[in-house]
Amino acid sequence: MEQVLKTAFPFIVISVGILLAFQGVLMIVAYTVLAERKVLGWIQGRIGPNRVGPWGVLQPFADLLKFIFKEDLVPDKSTKFVYFLAPMVALTCALLPIVVYPFGPRIADPLSWLVPYVSGIAYLGDAVVWIAEQAKNMPLTIARIDVGVLFVLGITSVGVYGIALAGWSSNSKYSLMGGLRSSAQMISYELAMGASVIGAVMLAGTLDLNGIIQAQTQSPFKWFIIPQFIGFIVFLIAAFAETNRVPFDLPEAETELVAGFHTEYSALKFALFFMAEYVNMFTVSVMCTVLFLGGWYVPGLSYLFEVGSIPYALVSHVAFIGKICAFLFLYIWIRGTLPRFRFDQLMNFGWKFLLPVAIANVILTIVVVFLLNR
Amino acid sequence: MVGTALFFLFAGLAIACAISMVYHRNPIYSAISLVGVFVALSCIYVTLAAPFIAAVQILIYAGAIMVLVVFVIMLLNLDEDRPHSRLHYLYALGGGLGVLLLAQTFFIFYSVMRAPNLPADQTVSPGETMSIGRAMYTEYLLPVEIVGIMLLMAVIGGVILVRKLNAPQLELVVEKELELRNEEEAKDGLGIAL
Repeated sequence: MEQVLKTAFPFIVISVGILLAFQGVLMIVAYTVLAERKVLGWIQGRIGPNRVGPWGVLQPFADLLKFIFKEDLVPDKSTKFVYFLAPMVALTCALLPIVVYPFGPRIADPLSWLVPYVSGIAYLGDAVVWIAEQAKNMPLTIARIDVGVLFVLGITSVGVYGIALAGWSSNSKYSLMGGLRSSAQMISYELAMGASVIGAVMLAGTLDLNGIIQAQTQSPFKWFIIPQFIGFIVFLIAAFAETNRVPFDLPEAETELVAGFHTEYSALKFALFFMAEYVNMFTVSVMCTVLFLGGWYVPGLSYLFEVGSIPYALVSHVAFIGKICAFLFLYIWIRGTLPRFRFDQLMNFGWKFLLPVAIANVILTIVVVFLLNR
Repeated sequence: MVGTALFFLFAGLAIACAISMVYHRNPIYSAISLVGVFVALSCIYVTLAAPFIAAVQILIYAGAIMVLVVFVIMLLNLDEDRPHSRLHYLYALGGGLGVLLLAQTFFIFYSVMRAPNLPADQTVSPGETMSIGRAMYTEYLLPVEIVGIMLLMAVIGGVILVRKLNAPQLELVVEKELELRNEEEAKDGLGIAL
């Protein structure tokens, strides 16, 4: 029995980690929707949702229930299999990058404080001692892989299929136009995004997200936003385009395309696309935070708390979530501020301005890194 | 044991997707199946401790090339029931290539069985990004340079092919084309007359 539990322990840890991380991210995403409606309301001189619960805090759950109980319409002439597949692909590809997020620093000894409380109990005491021993220096990442940056970029680029296939399979001209526009847009801006990441990766010398944060703790600038300011701006603009948000929300331009690629989707299938969009916003915010704002790293925090202690990890984790929320707020703020681009402007901007700037930044970084390392 | 189970899971998925890719007549289904093959292959790469290759497989094949293919299929809106009677000679070609591939596979099995069973060297990690990058820019520098030049040529070719000409240039090109066509027609006419 004991041996079985010990063998199963890593799997249990991963399962618990997945449960916590996905639940946490989905809760943040749900409240991003509420925050968006509230902040947009304030920007436009309205109150925003305030009926469900005090201050409207239960609005996301009311929305979800509404989506579940609405009638699910399927267009008669649609390609059924692809029509059902598309929202699943979109949400799966949006959620998958969660497994490589670095949620916080390693904690040297997270569970030993529990041991005195359970030392008298027969089996539980031993079990807790063993688990506390195992949990030492456990990373706050579900899967530590060597190529985290490439993994996130790859999975998000597969997410295009969800949108493109949704547009194609709905058998509606608005959907098809939206799907085509969004695939063209995402392919174009993926290049600029990938090129803007290279600078930070080169400074860090690794593709591992944890490694990039470690490199920033040791760099003289603390955060890569200072040496990589051009890369940061390019990444931010490309991120807005990648997630189909204002001012690049051409795929769902309501005045031209009704609702773009998800015109023919209703009920929970529409909710999957909706969630995928907000989870994608979260993902690019995480990437921006990790690559340019030091991830969970707060400069100077090691003077207050010992590195590896529980308060250090807690403050770092809260700082990580706070930085992401700042980016999410930026998304909403810009949505309330800027009008939409025209499609040819979007393409010209992406190919003729953003991509050359990103490549120039890469070359500049190569030269500087080469001269400094000589 | 877990590794073997995962290998058979992903290999089975890859084979199923490959069969479905060949079997479906609708090009969109074929394209989606091919994406499935790429994803399954990259999962196998991960189990073989080559995460870089796996990520690049997804990023380039599934994320870039197949998106373009799907894009083109969506734009062209190909007919589902095009005639396929003229493809008969391709069956023979496909069969021949299949036999060749099978022979190659058996040869690999044979050579693996013949090879001495050495323990793996734990100190080297060829699947990691650092070792791949080091190998690319030291041992295999020449192929990398050649590929770079070829890609540059492709980029320049693409730019030239889609380059927009301004009005006078365009008129010149059109006039030249018309002249050529007139000449050809005149020749053809002459041929018939003779």
